[in-house]
Amino acid sequence: MPSLIDFRRRIRSVKNTQQITKAMKMVSAAKLRRAQEAVLAARPFANMLGQMLGNVARAAAGSDAVKELPLLQPRETVKTAVMILVSADRGLAGAFNSNVNRGAQKFIQDQPGVTFEIESVGKKGRDYFRRRGFAISGDHQNFSRKPVYADVAAVAAKVSQRYAAGEIDAVYVAYNEFKSVMTQRLQVEQVLPVPLTESADTTEYIYEQPAEVLLASLLPRYVEVELWRSVLESTASEHAARMTAMDAASRNASEVIERVTLQMNRVRQASITREIIEVVSGASALK
Amino acid sequence: MAATFELEVATPDRLLVREQVTDAEAPGRNGYLGILPDHAPLLTELAPGVLTYTTSGGKRSVVVGGGWMEVLPTGVRVLATVAENPNEIDLKRAQAALDRAEQRLKESGEMDIPRALAAAERARARVAAAAQFGR
Repeated sequence: MPSLIDFRRRIRSVKNTQQITKAMKMVSAAKLRRAQEAVLAARPFANMLGQMLGNVARAAAGSDAVKELPLLQPRETVKTAVMILVSADRGLAGAFNSNVNRGAQKFIQDQPGVTFEIESVGKKGRDYFRRRGFAISGDHQNFSRKPVYADVAAVAAKVSQRYAAGEIDAVYVAYNEFKSVMTQRLQVEQVLPVPLTESADTTEYIYEQPAEVLLASLLPRYVEVELWRSVLESTASEHAARMTAMDAASRNASEVIERVTLQMNRVRQASITREIIEVVSGASALK
Repeated sequence: MAATFELEVATPDRLLVREQVTDAEAPGRNGYLGILPDHAPLLTELAPGVLTYTTSGGKRSVVVGGGWMEVLPTGVRVLATVAENPNEIDLKRAQAALDRAEQRLKESGEMDIPRALAAAERARARVAAAAQFGR
């Protein structure tokens, strides 16, 4: 039977943990708001750029100069591919990290015969894949604290260059898409060769510059912006996941405290009752 | 009320303008372009410069640091790599950047000339816009 002191200790320890989880929840909530604004602000540009790219590519389809653009050329056989894995640098965010890690791993396993390299954004993803013996072609950290466009653009430039040089045959990105505070969904998207959306709509454009010149400048930017959006989505998802996880943990702690307090009171009551019985029986024995 | 079209100016980190306008003038790579309602679909690269447009509230302008413009039947979309309202520009900083870029161009050597040229162009657009519209 644990003594009263044991109960008090237990309660104090759970309370301390609860204070930490509460603080982390508050911090995440504040960061989430900023991250959420950043995602919402970045979406229009990414969408518009994708549409513009699709329009130009459609209108200019068939031209040989366009087919020769390295970032558009698909490979006949894909042997090596790069998976850009956007995870968090820290844990304690519920299923956030294991979600991307496992999702990306499944995606890789579904493509036997393709050697994947991991270009990791975030420490947790890197650790996971390094333990499993994958080649890590790049390791980037501290993106999610305050995402900087230039950092992300550097990663985009690196993979684009490797793709154009023929070192790699495809590039994918895996990240948690920010649906809402409660839901984040895993996304695995193809980055290179740049996927073009098919549509019957063909608008005839007046080109100030030849289509291939426009495409040549749009494509690298598109890769950058896709990655930028992934990083922002992931950042917002990370804070949302952490906030939800910490909220659950705080609530759980309250439950534990309640239960232990109840047990403690019962034990205390029992000992008081026992003492009274002892006193009473002692007194009656004297009569 | 004259005919209007929708003008959107977006940068990778924000949507700067989404308004009904009666006309717009954009710094195309091959020179400034005026856009009026019902313009034919057009695509162009933009050079660093000042984009001016007219809303019901009068003439406005934003500085763009290069990008692309797409004229669609439904409106005009400007995707700028960087864009700012003139009153957001730090004139001193822009002037300093311009001086620095020009200095680099003079020294040349094995410097990255296209990059320095682009920087100078951007800085010049900012300075011009700040002097003309700011404050």
